[in-house]
Amino acid sequence: MQLCSSVFTLGFLKDTPDPSEVDVMNKQVLRRPTTNRSRAVWRCGTLLMLIPLLATGCSPQVVMLHPVGPVGRIEERLIILSIVLVTIVIVPVFVLLWYIVRRYRDVPGNDAPYRPEFSESRTLEIVWWGVPILIIGILAVFTARDTFALTKPPERSAPPLTVQVTSLDWKWLFQYPGQKIATVNYCYIPTNRPIQFILTANAPMNSFWVPQLGGQEYTMPGMAMQLWLQADKPGVYHGRGAQFTGKGFAHMTFDVTATSQAQFDAWAKQIQKTAPALTEAGYTNLAHPGLVGKMSFSSYPPNIFHDVIMKEGGMYMKHDKAVLEGEK
Amino acid sequence: MALPGYVGNAPTSFFVTGDPMIYASDVLIVLTVIGIVFVLTYYKKWGWLWREWLTTVDHKKIGIMYLIAALLMLFRGGTDAVLMRTQLALPNMHFLEAEHYDQIFTTHGTIMILFMAMPLVFAMMNIAVPLQIGARDVAFPYLNAISFWLFFFGALLLNLSFVIGGSPDGGWTSYPPLVENPTDPGPGENFYLLALQISGIGSMATGINFLVTILKMRAPGMTLMRMPLFCWSILATSILIIFSFPALTIALALVLIDRLFDAHFFTMLQGGNPMMYINLFWVWGHPEVYIVVLPAFGIFSEVIATFSRKRTFGYSSMVASMLAIAVISYLVWLHHFFTMGAGPGVNTFFAISTMCVGIPTGVKVFNWLFTMYQGRIRMTVPMLWSIGFIPTFAIGGATGVMLAVAPADYQYHNSYFLIAHFHQTLIGGVVYGMFAGLYYWWPKMFGFILNERIGRWAFWFFNIGFYVCFLPQYQLGFMGMTRRIYVYPAGMGWTALNLISTIGAYLMAVGFVLIVVDILYSIRYGERDVTGDPWDGRTLEWSLPSPAPHYNFARIPTVTARDAWWVMKGERKRGEVKRELEPLEPIHMPNNSGRPFILSVLFFLGGFGLVFEWYWLAIPSGIGVMVCLLLRSLEYNMDHYIPVSEIKRTEAALGRS
Amino acid sequence: MSLAHEEVLSHPDHDIPLEYSTEDGVLKIFGFWIFLATDLILFACLFSMYQILHLNTAGGPTEQDLYNVPEFMAETLILLVSSFTCGLATLEMRKGHRGALMAWLIVTVLLGLSFIFLEVREFVDYVGRGATMQRSAFLSSFFTLVGTHGCHVSLGILWMLSILYQLGRRGIQAITARKVFIVGLYWHFLDVVWVFIFTVVYLQGVMH
Repeated sequence: MQLCSSVFTLGFLKDTPDPSEVDVMNKQVLRRPTTNRSRAVWRCGTLLMLIPLLATGCSPQVVMLHPVGPVGRIEERLIILSIVLVTIVIVPVFVLLWYIVRRYRDVPGNDAPYRPEFSESRTLEIVWWGVPILIIGILAVFTARDTFALTKPPERSAPPLTVQVTSLDWKWLFQYPGQKIATVNYCYIPTNRPIQFILTANAPMNSFWVPQLGGQEYTMPGMAMQLWLQADKPGVYHGRGAQFTGKGFAHMTFDVTATSQAQFDAWAKQIQKTAPALTEAGYTNLAHPGLVGKMSFSSYPPNIFHDVIMKEGGMYMKHDKAVLEGEK
Repeated sequence: MALPGYVGNAPTSFFVTGDPMIYASDVLIVLTVIGIVFVLTYYKKWGWLWREWLTTVDHKKIGIMYLIAALLMLFRGGTDAVLMRTQLALPNMHFLEAEHYDQIFTTHGTIMILFMAMPLVFAMMNIAVPLQIGARDVAFPYLNAISFWLFFFGALLLNLSFVIGGSPDGGWTSYPPLVENPTDPGPGENFYLLALQISGIGSMATGINFLVTILKMRAPGMTLMRMPLFCWSILATSILIIFSFPALTIALALVLIDRLFDAHFFTMLQGGNPMMYINLFWVWGHPEVYIVVLPAFGIFSEVIATFSRKRTFGYSSMVASMLAIAVISYLVWLHHFFTMGAGPGVNTFFAISTMCVGIPTGVKVFNWLFTMYQGRIRMTVPMLWSIGFIPTFAIGGATGVMLAVAPADYQYHNSYFLIAHFHQTLIGGVVYGMFAGLYYWWPKMFGFILNERIGRWAFWFFNIGFYVCFLPQYQLGFMGMTRRIYVYPAGMGWTALNLISTIGAYLMAVGFVLIVVDILYSIRYGERDVTGDPWDGRTLEWSLPSPAPHYNFARIPTVTARDAWWVMKGERKRGEVKRELEPLEPIHMPNNSGRPFILSVLFFLGGFGLVFEWYWLAIPSGIGVMVCLLLRSLEYNMDHYIPVSEIKRTEAALGRS
Repeated sequence: MSLAHEEVLSHPDHDIPLEYSTEDGVLKIFGFWIFLATDLILFACLFSMYQILHLNTAGGPTEQDLYNVPEFMAETLILLVSSFTCGLATLEMRKGHRGALMAWLIVTVLLGLSFIFLEVREFVDYVGRGATMQRSAFLSSFFTLVGTHGCHVSLGILWMLSILYQLGRRGIQAITARKVFIVGLYWHFLDVVWVFIFTVVYLQGVMH
């Protein structure tokens, strides 16, 4: 987040925090006079847990808060809004807890008022039923707005590009119906153009997630799911499967490379020219559980995406048919 | 990049082999069993074990057995957690292989929710509810014993999978089609399904039992709005159990039918629909988290009022918010799968209903704060756990509201942000609550107080470890780390945070060990509770000697107000005339029975048979279960009267007249 | 059972039916009502599964291929009548007529047995025509839903036989009265569930 001061961003883009800096911070806190041991322990604990957060707080590796596309940005804005709103409740809780526990201890000589029968207050109750309702109300409005917004393509100006994604055990297959090419475990997308990912699985369900571009959507057998994403900046974005699918799951990562439209076209041509074709047998082989590296194919059996969905239950679902029709 | 030696999941033999850790546990299990058998035989304790424990229908003893079993399961689940954190401490670790890691996170989740949190809750409600409402036992003591033994043998069945047949490895949510035969052969998943099913029957019975107990067996004068808040929380929990567990029963049964009989409920082919499992599972699964957290709320209400020497603030609000949470919890299940393609209208509805849970929860937090306000706070160990709970739960609740924002959830889903959130609520809520209850009611259970000094150390290790472990995980979520991965590459920026998180897990483990140390130390050196009211309590359980006699109340008290015992103590202090004591009457009590134990053993054998599809074992066991039920139906001498002379003797021995 | 309210109930009140005359009876009947609520939800889940899956036939037999109107009408009538006779049994119990009570219970058991006979015949017939539970999601959910009901009915029959034996030995007293009353509740509940099966499974199936 942009809020944190530059002090903490300094040496912390690396994986591990600089030990000397940790030391300095520990000493600063420990030097303060502490009245009892538990408080000191508490402070150390607080510090220990804050270091890593501050350490990595502003790094671009915090992908959710450094989106590179409009979808991710909508989600980031909501995340920040929700943090701010919940803070309105959290902070008073912390302050009140600290104050009350200090003030009303059962120690000799405590002159704080003691009212054992004080247990009702209409005003107070209205406040703490009312404020959360208000906060939830505000959050609800924005949630509803963006939930609906995200089902539509992010930008209307450019024509969308469709990419069909199939999760297999344990690899990702990308098919480009426009370009008639297919890739495994990586994909290219043009920048500044909405990408319509149509997702399915020919294996236990997984979830397609490229955090820097935006949120995820499940890939499910027999279903055609839709996810709109868009990249504003060229770059290589890390993607991974987010739903556990068994032994090879941890290795189900892929790269999304965003380039200019011209470079994208050149890349597609290159694949069409140089890569081998994906045959039916080749697909069956690919669907067999196991891990593979990146692969490219100049063509693929044209109806394979559609057929797999239909066979695994899509024939019973109106929704699937609608998505697949809409795509054509 | 190929995984070395991928040969599928089929077990190579009946006993799990090939791993030093498993051989070590085999040896440990054998040694422990020999040790237990030896000790019981040497001290001639077999008869005692059978008469006093295995056949008991006394709610207090059943509560203690739940507690012991739950602490053992906490140890098992905690060991799983430490193993996982060790594996994740650094990138590309080779401490655990993928399949072991998968099994460990599956058993960790399953055990912690169903075999640790649930029995701990049941322990607390068994121990406290009848005492708090002025009853002599629960409505159905025999059924209560069945519930316990079904839970116990369910837990045993799941744990057995570690050494026999292989552990389940589909995650504690066990989503099909992953857990269907083609992708998950072998008995592991069957262990999961049957263990949960068997213990689930017990849980359902407990729900019915306590609902009836609370609605029908309160002492005269104890209206619903005079009940201690803990009893209210158990009432709400029982309602949740009754209305949600059938969905789990069906979800598990259908997966089992798929696996054993090749049916097609949730398969990929032949028209199966895996989404339906996910719906059924979470229709149970979401209320389930409130099933375990509401009793914790109840405990905090009791503890905070007692140790602030003050009435609970906003009692009616507390009751209303608890019931509101219970109702809303049925309307939120879809938030576990916002990312599974529901339309925007559906997602919005469930997002907003989920946020609404935050409102009553927030109200409760402020009411607890104002219970302490203008009170006199004593920092005992139960109070420390309760005060420690407030910030953890505030953060957990806040991140819950953040997760409820559907579009933001597209990012958080299945990331470490989610992991941090639910551990924050389940540990910060349930575990803190149960530890508070453990320390609070310990004297009532055993007649001595747990050592405060060791208890404090345990709390601080656990509490600090907790933040050190889970706060970095929120950040890991923001950085895109997903759950259930057994390795991660270097260079993602995840290393430092993971290492810190692992350190936190170890600190928590130290905290748990210190609690065990505290218990062992206090058994020997703990301060005896001779008054029966060591905390200057407010509710009826503190009016009894510690531990309470098996009939609880020699005379059923008459209740005139909330905080019944506090009021009675006030009357006595002011010298207001003690009402003439009514003469004692013979007390009607249920007989002990060995049948709940035998019945549950048969369930266990039946379950074990089904795991391996050994119908020669499963079918006779099922018939045995039916015979047990029939024998119970034909039994007419199920209870006895305790004569007045014996009550008098017991009461005199306890220093009461 | 611990009798918190023993004194309340110890005054015999002739308006209170026998099954409600002890606290134990009151608790158990109330508990059983709640159990029925859980069972109802259990069936609701199975119904929702059926409703979602009943068209997923995977190219196998469909509802129209299988369901036979006279057959399921017979099953329905038998079960409805058995519920009526079970109600008559409870009425006779209230009057204290042991013989009539047992007679009506025996009629109920016999009707239950004929229902089970018809259902088993129906299942065997389907399986013989290749409509097994393994064939499609539709059939998995059909056999599970209707079969679960059938298991409940079978269990009810065994239960009634055990109660008949107890009535024979001990006559009508607080405990046996409570048992007859509870098994009656159970039986009527199964009847209600069957009405839903009749509508959702069979009528919906043949009316497509």
